[in-house]
Amino acid sequence: MMQFTCPHCGPRAQAEFVYERTVDSVVALDAPPEDAMRTLFTRNNPRGVDDEIWRHTYGCRAWMVITRHRVTNEISAIRAVGPEALT
Amino acid sequence: MITFSFDGKSYTAREGDTLAAALLRNGVGLVGRSFKYHRPRGIMTAGVEEPNALVTIGEGGRTEPNTRATDVFVYEGLVAKSQNRWPNLSFDVGSVLGLAAPALSAGFYYKTFFGSAKKWMFYEYFIRKAAGLGNAPTQTDPDRFSQRAAFCDLLVIGAGPAGMQAAVEAAEVGKRVILVEQDNILAPSLLRDPQAQDAAWIKATAERIRAAGGRILTRTTASGYWEHDLVTLTQRIAEPGQIPPHNVAQCLWHVRAGHVILATGSIERPMAFAHNDRPGVMLSQAVRTYVQRFGVVPGKRAVIATNNDDAYKTAQALKDAGAHIVAIIDARPAPAGAGSGFRVYNNAVPLSTKGARHCLKSVTALVDDKTVSWDADLMAVSGGFTPVVHLHMQAGGTLDWNEHAQAFVPAASRQNVTTIGGAADPQAIFKMVPVSSPKKSFIDFQNDVTLADVDLAWAEGYRSVEHLKRYTTLGMATDQGKLSNMAALGRLAEKQGVAIPEAGLTTFRPPYTPVTMGLIAGAGAKDAGAHIRRLALYDLHAAKNPIWQPLGYWFRPRAYPTGGETLAQAALREAKAVRNNVGMTDVSTLAKFEISGPDAAAFLEIICATTVSKLAVGRGRYTFMLREDGVVFDDGTVWRLDENRYLLTSSTGGADRMATHISYVRQVLCPQMRVSAVNVQEHYAGIAVAGPKAKSVLATLIGEEPPRHMSTVPASIAGVPVIILAASYSGERAFEIYVDASQAEAVWAACETQVNEVGGALYGLEAMEFLRIEKGHLVVGGEVDGRMTPHDLALDKMLNKAGGYVGASGLARPALAETRRRQLVGLEAIEGDIPEGAMLVTQEGASPVGHVSAAAFRIIEGGSVALGQLTDGFARHGEELIATSPTRGQKARVRVVVPHFYDAAGERYRD
Repeated sequence: MMQFTCPHCGPRAQAEFVYERTVDSVVALDAPPEDAMRTLFTRNNPRGVDDEIWRHTYGCRAWMVITRHRVTNEISAIRAVGPEALT
Repeated sequence: MITFSFDGKSYTAREGDTLAAALLRNGVGLVGRSFKYHRPRGIMTAGVEEPNALVTIGEGGRTEPNTRATDVFVYEGLVAKSQNRWPNLSFDVGSVLGLAAPALSAGFYYKTFFGSAKKWMFYEYFIRKAAGLGNAPTQTDPDRFSQRAAFCDLLVIGAGPAGMQAAVEAAEVGKRVILVEQDNILAPSLLRDPQAQDAAWIKATAERIRAAGGRILTRTTASGYWEHDLVTLTQRIAEPGQIPPHNVAQCLWHVRAGHVILATGSIERPMAFAHNDRPGVMLSQAVRTYVQRFGVVPGKRAVIATNNDDAYKTAQALKDAGAHIVAIIDARPAPAGAGSGFRVYNNAVPLSTKGARHCLKSVTALVDDKTVSWDADLMAVSGGFTPVVHLHMQAGGTLDWNEHAQAFVPAASRQNVTTIGGAADPQAIFKMVPVSSPKKSFIDFQNDVTLADVDLAWAEGYRSVEHLKRYTTLGMATDQGKLSNMAALGRLAEKQGVAIPEAGLTTFRPPYTPVTMGLIAGAGAKDAGAHIRRLALYDLHAAKNPIWQPLGYWFRPRAYPTGGETLAQAALREAKAVRNNVGMTDVSTLAKFEISGPDAAAFLEIICATTVSKLAVGRGRYTFMLREDGVVFDDGTVWRLDENRYLLTSSTGGADRMATHISYVRQVLCPQMRVSAVNVQEHYAGIAVAGPKAKSVLATLIGEEPPRHMSTVPASIAGVPVIILAASYSGERAFEIYVDASQAEAVWAACETQVNEVGGALYGLEAMEFLRIEKGHLVVGGEVDGRMTPHDLALDKMLNKAGGYVGASGLARPALAETRRRQLVGLEAIEGDIPEGAMLVTQEGASPVGHVSAAAFRIIEGGSVALGQLTDGFARHGEELIATSPTRGQKARVRVVVPHFYDAAGERYRD
């Protein structure tokens, strides 16, 4: 079980988090249909570092972007998203 | 003295004995039967790697099958039974399988599957009867299994001399230290070769660790090394089958460590030779452990087979204990063993053993190309030492090949882990190759795999170690190949003509030793596995003794039968009350969200695929939500309570998904919006009142004119503030009353009094289902099944033409514009009752063109009707089909119609 440092709560066990999707699979609201299709159905699956969206569902419930190495599970960055991150 | 029993016979043991030590002390050499061939097996090791002496411990719910006799400490009243034998251990019918061994070679199952099915049916009965080891207990375990989390700067695994030294050094410079040992004493390996000063050192070191704040856990196995230096420890508080103190049998620790030191030592290897599995053939260090730690001498006349110096210590220990050392078979050339004082045969390798009455009788070896035999009742074997690298490998490490030890040792680590002691630096040995006949030369004792099986797999083309493993089942038993893997790799490398490190390795997976399922479940077992939430109005429903139905996390009344009614009778009576009079039901479980702020309408127009911003204050409308790919995933209603305040309802079963979706849109897609989205699902209890008399009932309750259809007003019932939503799921004039859950009982009671006053009834989910099917209303999970677009459900006219909602882009994809999509239709029976879940076919035997998603009866007129999904269904109204359910053996002739069987014009719910 991995350990993530939640930007709001500090280091917590993976069991408190839920994986949602990768950043590159977020369909922009104004995406043309071709872009939306590409984002939905032809996604990257790198053998290396990727930006993933996780949710601290059994903690502060905030969403965050975790930069994780898919093979070694090394976490190189975690940043908050959402209204809190705008200020 | 401690009394215990084995196969019903009573024995005595000494304090501190393992079951294996106690059995040997009582002269019990035959302990079990092997997995496949039912060969007699004894005790081979003195540790967790034991492949043979697997027994069932305990009785009733505390039964623990497949327990290693070497890994359970005897307590007063312990009950042990041998396994895999019938009718008894010394006479086992299954052992005739051993005679048929050539037919049960490697890949037996695969080959049988490829043969005729008849053959497998023939074998299956016998194989199922004969295979497997212990039986799982049938009663519930009465004990509790707890779990706890811990953090430390340093976790030391293995309390041998190296581990204890590392722990004390770290603890005394202020580090938080946890030291774990799977044995019930510290430094058990020192007891194998006891020195006068050992006991004092162990005691003093343990005291220093504790004095510096360190924690020492014995009887605790590091079972898994996970990501980011999380190690799981399985701690035995009671022995298997023992009644535990405080009712807690075991504890599972999750330890997150800053650094981990593995001082896990090594495991001695057996040698491959014919009949090397006979009771009386043991590993050399195990023999020494029994002699020096437990004071048990397992034989009187011993032959030692070795390729290293360590086994000479065993010879000396046996001799000191009064046994006779007949011969030492040493694979190394002279002068190895010279000056030891024993009869040493150099350049010698074991060939086979003979036995009688399940005991060892003689040992035969090849000495300088000549065959020599000795009478012996004990054979101590040392084929070298395999470092315990399991945890290092689970942590994602790599291995180096150590030529002197002929063993893999830890190399690079991906996590914060270091290996020290014997596990990092095993003893040197002399490289040897098995020369005996490969038949009956066992390498995996627990799964009965021989060198001949490896040779056969090779001959049949299995080249990779991964294929070899799966074809022969080598290393796949509960001992995970602790003894077998190196022997198999050696043989494979020999066949391939490469060095062992080039032959490859299989994956080391947790757990290191078997873990009881109850420990993994912990407190989440039984009823605590899935939480059940109680309705705010639970007590009021329960008093009426309804039929309950699970829905989401809740149980809701399915019907309220009275006077011996069946479910169907009660549901029909309740539904008729709604159609003819008035009914009320609890709708508290619906998902509810309060959306507020200046951007609330704009936010809702992203969540919902319909328009929202045009709603006037006090008005509501039906709405639905799309996934990003344009498929409908939920529906509900949206209400404008105030200028910038809305209430959104959606399905009970989809509540969590909707909460996550709203949170995703809020946090990820639209963080700039000035809006607040609050989940108020359980804040409000909900009561629906429906029927021709609903309006007059409501008027009495709230003391004013009830709101028009799809309007909302704040009101008060029985002095409690409520929100009234005029919405209809049943097709009748209806109202939903939302009230603070803590005050819901008073409101429900007031409603029920009024409903009874006019002769109405309570109704449950079953009646609600009748009502909505007849009306043609959708249910999420039924018609909304994750495949249907708004067009497929005939909702496309309601789509927000301005777009901008989630799924708008996905809805534009070309695939959704194609014909031959399944579309929502109504089905009316011409003959027979329509079975729910039936497939729709044009004629008997044809491929299905759709299915029935929900079936019911017209409430007033009678007659079977249904909702279904049909390919190009909109264009097929009037067509006759067959709805057939082969699994239920039911079918009906149906006509495709518009999915509205009742009040298609929608006149009944309007004023």
